[in-house]
Amino acid sequence: MRGPGLRPGHRARLKQEFGLDKPVWQQYLTYMGNVFTGDFGTAFNGQPVTELMANAFPVTIRLTVVAILFEIVIGISLGVVTGLKRGRPVDTTVLLLTLVVLSVPTFVTGLLIQLLLGVKWGWIKPAVSPEATFDELIVPGLVLASVSLAYVTRLTRTSIAENKRADYVRTAVAKGLPRRRVISRHLLRNSLIPVVTFIGADVGALMGGAIATERIFNIHGVGYQLYQGIVRQSTQTVVGFVTVLVLVFLLANLIVDLLYAVLDPRIRYA
Amino acid sequence: MRGATHAKWAALATVVALAATACGGGDSGGGGGGADGIVSSSWGDPQNPLEPANTNEVQGGKVLSMIFRGLKEYDPKTGAAKDMLAEKIETTDSTNFTVTVKDGWTFSNGEKVTAKSFVDAWNYAANLKNNQKNAYFFGYIEGYDKVHPDKGEPTAETMSGLKVTGDRTFTIKLTQKFSTFPDTLGYAAFAPLPKAFYDDHAAWLSKPVGNGPYTVESYSKGSQMQLKRWDGYPGTDKAQNGGVTLKVYTDNNTAYTDLTAGNLDLVDDVPASQLKNVSADLGDRYINTPAGIIQTLSFPFYDANWNKPGQEKLRQGLSMAIDRKQITETIFQKTRTPAVDWTSPVLGADGGYKDVCGQFCKYDAAQAKKLVAEGGGIPGGTMKISYNADTGSHKEWVDAVCNSINRALGNNKACVGNPIGTFADYRNQVTQSKMQGPFRAGWQMDYPLIQNFLQPLYYTGASSNDGKYTSPEFDKLVNQANAETDIKKAVGLFQQAEGVLRDDMGAIPLWYQNGSAGYSDRVENVSLNPFSVPVYNQIKVK
Repeated sequence: MRGPGLRPGHRARLKQEFGLDKPVWQQYLTYMGNVFTGDFGTAFNGQPVTELMANAFPVTIRLTVVAILFEIVIGISLGVVTGLKRGRPVDTTVLLLTLVVLSVPTFVTGLLIQLLLGVKWGWIKPAVSPEATFDELIVPGLVLASVSLAYVTRLTRTSIAENKRADYVRTAVAKGLPRRRVISRHLLRNSLIPVVTFIGADVGALMGGAIATERIFNIHGVGYQLYQGIVRQSTQTVVGFVTVLVLVFLLANLIVDLLYAVLDPRIRYA
Repeated sequence: MRGATHAKWAALATVVALAATACGGGDSGGGGGGADGIVSSSWGDPQNPLEPANTNEVQGGKVLSMIFRGLKEYDPKTGAAKDMLAEKIETTDSTNFTVTVKDGWTFSNGEKVTAKSFVDAWNYAANLKNNQKNAYFFGYIEGYDKVHPDKGEPTAETMSGLKVTGDRTFTIKLTQKFSTFPDTLGYAAFAPLPKAFYDDHAAWLSKPVGNGPYTVESYSKGSQMQLKRWDGYPGTDKAQNGGVTLKVYTDNNTAYTDLTAGNLDLVDDVPASQLKNVSADLGDRYINTPAGIIQTLSFPFYDANWNKPGQEKLRQGLSMAIDRKQITETIFQKTRTPAVDWTSPVLGADGGYKDVCGQFCKYDAAQAKKLVAEGGGIPGGTMKISYNADTGSHKEWVDAVCNSINRALGNNKACVGNPIGTFADYRNQVTQSKMQGPFRAGWQMDYPLIQNFLQPLYYTGASSNDGKYTSPEFDKLVNQANAETDIKKAVGLFQQAEGVLRDDMGAIPLWYQNGSAGYSDRVENVSLNPFSVPVYNQIKVK
């Protein structure tokens, strides 16, 4: 048995069946026509690409939700703390930590955490089950979020530190508002704009770019399907998934644009 | 603030919509111990739908080995073909065979296995319309060219060489003498199929029904398959465990990690990067046995530079310049065994495995240098060994082979590697005869017969004879062997043919590939069959 042992008759038949004997422009038009009617073709194992998507996207969306939650909760909290206490030991420590996280690639963090938590200490199962429930995705989500988390921390910190001296903050303080309210209503809200922009773009990146994390933790999501598609040269799978990912990117950016208005009262949409 | 409020709602609605799609879940059950214990095993997504005649890779093969039994079954240890569903297969002329199917066999849905179950399945497999990858297996049967023509539509629905003569008997007529043909019938492509396969094909594919020791309990494509022991199984090789759960892993490293963490019972593909740790991690729960796979270096006999009289000495010299032992030990960590013939150790001495190559497969720098010089030297002064760079880490061993040759010949320019980007491109160039120097070739046997290691690869015009090797003497001996009804004599003739191959050095045998597996301390009696598939039905759960 060696490689694809297709006989000439079989080859001719498959060519005809998949329309490969037609000119390229016609093949392209057929494909695009099918895509607009929701048919992304069939992967090499005989499964329709839409079926692969139906299995993969819910898993990856869950993973992304976990990762984004980590970014928001941990990243922004750390950013606020360090931004308010600039130059203090807390600030320096967190800055150093983020530097470490930024410089270590995700697959190293992933494998290390998998080995320590999964094999040595037995706190988690090293591989996620096919169902991939939220609790199983906490550790992979943290790994996936780690780099972005560091970015969010740094972005928030800079933004907070800058806005701390802004007129409206001084006004708010002068009005005698409680410190909590000044920070959450006035300072944080205005400082979040660059952070939200970053997180929005990150949603798309996390969904498509989780290839390393998904492979390490056995998550059958978009990254895994993309990887399989590339390895097996299944064009339909790759093109189909990338098309959807582009849509996700657009949608995420739309949400970001809409959120600007929520955060900054000066921005309005007619 | 009016606009902002609108935007707020829009944003909120979109977020909710996204979150809502993220629901779902469920849980998987574990297994108890003892005779009903469930074995969990690593798996890869099969590349094709799970039809017996459309599966030619090991992942789909695992499932077929559990849910199907054919006329013959290969002994998991010796590889010898033994009668399974066949009561007897008789022939007087090695061309016409009469098959009698054993009584009392049924599919797991209750349907009886009859002669028709086989004949219909074979006709389905051979028919061009059904796009079955293993259709060529039926190429020896008369009438194959009508149902699977090289051009155009089939002109017949069934092969004229197959005739049902009774409830349990049918006859096979071949186009040529092929004495060991019955021994090929253990291959999965020859499995019988129930009526349900044709009646509701889609339903069958989503939950295959066969006649093997296991039944498919559930199958979620791309993630896992649960197989359960079939208590009504009539064969002698009943399952020794309660069932097997095949789990798809994204990466074999992850599967290995899961094994070491105790969440998985069996990994049948130990990643190369873990071979150094395997004895520390698993101790004696690591299996490393030869599989029916041989790696060779083929030559482009269609290239005038590589097809000159007297060049057999050059090829023999090159073979002797390769230090197989050192390369298999250092690069492959002993997961390859140095080759001494063109077949495989899984055949056993009775099957035809024998040290035919002799001194020509032993490293001897001085002799190598002498023979290469006598053979006219390397054409053009430098030879390039072509390989595909995308899979299987071929670069490392090709570089090592070249180093070995360069060292033996005392010439740093004698040999270099020639990587080709992808496997698909590589195979295209090989099949279109575009190679300008030696190229790597791997062969995994279809069935454990010496014939399968020689005829498809070196017979003039054979389907996988990529180097276009041709030798009238070799062809003559193969024909004689196929016509010989005495299996022992047939094997002897094949070995003589192998001798011709050695004298010509039609391809340089490099090494036999081993199958590797590791298992948890929860299971025992784990072994690999000659196809490197775990023998699932023999695994016992403690």
